[in-house]
Amino acid sequence: MHELGLIDSMMSLVKESAEKNNIVRVLSIKLVVGKLILAQPELLRFAFEALSPGTIFEGARLEIEERPLVMCCQKCGNTSSPEYAQYFCQCGGTNKIVSGEELYVANYEGDTGEDEDGAEGRNGTAPPTG
Amino acid sequence: MGLKVVMGQRLLQANERVAQENRNRFKASGTFTINLVSSPGAGKTTLLEQTLRRLRGKYKIGVIEGDIYTTRDAERIAGQGIEVVQINTAGICHLDAPMIARALEELEESRYDLLFIENVGNLVCPAEFDLGEDLKVALLSVAEGGDKPAKYPLVFREARAVVINKSDLLPYTDFDLGAVTNDLKAINPEIEVLVVSARTGEGIDEWCRWLEELILQKQGTRSAAE
Repeated sequence: MHELGLIDSMMSLVKESAEKNNIVRVLSIKLVVGKLILAQPELLRFAFEALSPGTIFEGARLEIEERPLVMCCQKCGNTSSPEYAQYFCQCGGTNKIVSGEELYVANYEGDTGEDEDGAEGRNGTAPPTG
Repeated sequence: MGLKVVMGQRLLQANERVAQENRNRFKASGTFTINLVSSPGAGKTTLLEQTLRRLRGKYKIGVIEGDIYTTRDAERIAGQGIEVVQINTAGICHLDAPMIARALEELEESRYDLLFIENVGNLVCPAEFDLGEDLKVALLSVAEGGDKPAKYPLVFREARAVVINKSDLLPYTDFDLGAVTNDLKAINPEIEVLVVSARTGEGIDEWCRWLEELILQKQGTRSAAE
């Protein structure tokens, strides 16, 4: 269950940033996860659903962008996407990881709780119930 | 009012910050620190027992034991008269840098030449969490099968050395030492491969010599800095 720890870190990171931006409710988060991290999207979502009730994340959408493993040879420049990391190229050169180790929050959207200039009442999004 | 915030921040940067603080601390004290990682049952504690038996007379050694719930491993180490701090992660499958920072408070009064951190038995999560150690050592036991490096490349790529344990079982399994070494070198060309049996003691002297060289190197950089 390292997914639980990853989501917990993600929530602290976004919460810290949301406070700085006066965001009171987070609506969506985009998380980028490389294949080598071995995190299961379903389990990331499950962890997020388990941890978000009662927080500024309640009801928010978690978008997960998975990045495949991509390696590039330092010698011949051949790019490959092997199932497992292969550090030697067929030409004898060394493959370097180009993609697959990502683990970051790309962006998130939130609500500052303030109405837009001139707008009256609610901004159309219903507060979460239950 | 809706607001979109672009971040691009690494998820584990909070952990990495604390890991760097731990690393500075180890540097100042000249403590050579190893993060020992493996599957459950690969023999981390048994390897430690063997290692401590050989090195405890020559060096001041401390141990931080990570375990999900029990104190069994810590009791085995304390039985050798070694100072040990137990971290119970209460369900979390890896150690993180803040846990180590708290454990260091317990060990603070004395200086160590060598500090072993025995991580929670797991090949996935510990690879991602830097603790501030000098290096990771991955332990792989013959009984687990030789496919583990290919299946869990991250941990073997992060490790400076892999200790292949339970070599006494080689004749009874399909574990192909040559093929596994090739797999390991394909993942991490620089990786040191040591073959031991923590049960019979085979290869342990060589492992200890490898450790001693690194301890002395670390102490050398410390005296050079003074």
